[in-house]
Amino acid sequence: MPPRPGSPLPAALLALLITWAPARAEPVAPAERRSGFEEMGPGIQAMQRDDDVNPGMLAVADGAELWTAAPPSGRPSCAGCHGEAASAMRGVAARYPAWDARTARPVDLQDRVNACRRVHQGAEPLAYESPDLLALTAFVATQSRGVPIAPPDDARLDAARAQGRALFAGRQGQLGLSCAICHDDHWGRRLGSAVIPQGHPTGYPLYRLEWQGLGSLQRRLRNCLTGMRAEPFGFGAPEYVALELYLATRAAPLPLETPAVRP
Amino acid sequence: MARTLINLPKTAKPGDVIAIKTLISHPMETGFRPGADGRILPRNIVTEFVCRFEDAEIFRAELFPASAANPYLTFTWVATRSGRFSFTWRGDAGFEQTESAAITVA
Amino acid sequence: MSTPRTARIRGIDRRRVLAGTAGTVLAVALRPAAAASLPRTETTDSAIRRFAGDSPIRPGRVRLDLPPLVENGNTVPLAVSVESPMTPEDHVRRIGVFNEKNPQPNVVTVHLRPGAGRAQVATRIRLADTQRITAIAEMSDGTYWSASADAIVTLAACLEG
Repeated sequence: MPPRPGSPLPAALLALLITWAPARAEPVAPAERRSGFEEMGPGIQAMQRDDDVNPGMLAVADGAELWTAAPPSGRPSCAGCHGEAASAMRGVAARYPAWDARTARPVDLQDRVNACRRVHQGAEPLAYESPDLLALTAFVATQSRGVPIAPPDDARLDAARAQGRALFAGRQGQLGLSCAICHDDHWGRRLGSAVIPQGHPTGYPLYRLEWQGLGSLQRRLRNCLTGMRAEPFGFGAPEYVALELYLATRAAPLPLETPAVRP
Repeated sequence: MARTLINLPKTAKPGDVIAIKTLISHPMETGFRPGADGRILPRNIVTEFVCRFEDAEIFRAELFPASAANPYLTFTWVATRSGRFSFTWRGDAGFEQTESAAITVA
Repeated sequence: MSTPRTARIRGIDRRRVLAGTAGTVLAVALRPAAAASLPRTETTDSAIRRFAGDSPIRPGRVRLDLPPLVENGNTVPLAVSVESPMTPEDHVRRIGVFNEKNPQPNVVTVHLRPGAGRAQVATRIRLADTQRITAIAEMSDGTYWSASADAIVTLAACLEG
């Protein structure tokens, strides 16, 4: 993919490569973990903090409607099985990705929504990054606001988690960068004008001002990979779920804050 | 129908200055931006927002391509009596949507 | 609007920002080239004259809040308030907000009524580039008052490519 005219990436990342020390790849210690919320200006923080003005709440309202809407198959709506989301879904998003026994693989929250649609609702899966999938996932995740991220202690996830850690730590792409070089070794410093966050997935799906809308963690990872001049994986790829698993372990016990707002 | 979020107090005392906050889901495509094929995407924005209280206009905004996506507007009004606010957004390609919200003043 | 004074003030601000960014200054100097190079549909002065006619515009009575350092020009919180009792005899009729460097000079125009209690509005705007924003209030006595604020637009790292 050719760089966009005016894109700041090559210069900024080259400066990073030239001026910074080799990666140590030490994960951030639990007591030092902080949400990207802390790095934002007060204007964007206020936009996230107040549900009356958070633009992500538009999609959450859509999700609330989808939660109670019956599928065309005549099978139950989400609410038909799960009941009130506020109680039934409380804490659920904090435990994803999780092991799916039926397919014998780890699944993230959006895959879980789609599996429910297929298996229990006789409905087609929703496309990745489609407004409905983002809205339903955001609505479910919003029920876990304030709940500490708590990845399941499930040995069946270990292999994927290790794969995620290796993907995070390994250099890739034309610039020879890794996720860890920025987010483990240089968080708090600046890349261009932006403060490098620790890179914790505390608020997904989130409203990114750059996207002018809601997007998933996989979309954010795709942006990172493109920035590193690495080949992004396709949406839904097992590599993304593996990364999501490792990132959840790396972020615990930060509380969830969906729908977050980020620049 | 575009999703809207309208926030104002359900009840107020006479003389209270209330804050009215509105959000509407809309791309606010500027008409200055090329799409994936390199051609300029046609302008598609909300051009006007009107708030009425019991049919009397109390606030109006003219919007331009310099408004962010999902337009947000907040303003104030003095609560004097119970009644209904209506909110109308109009824009390009025949876009028009009206929502309403009631307030009890006692 | 783009007086040499304005340009100098902006230059100082930008240098201060660059000084704080250590080795990675290059990214700040680069801006969204496509947006910045678009031809203007109208000058800022002309748009302001369409709003205020030939009346003099005095600085004062208007407060304009926007972040001095903008993290993403797609959505910039903006708030305007005007000192006014908002009575039938003495109120703000309109507030116009104008930019210098977007393709079109108007940002938003709001019409207020005496019953508003306060002349206080907030919205979110787009800024294609680092520039000065001006808010002008038209009072019920026909006078015009203004405030300006500079905003430095930076880009987020690792944009969608």
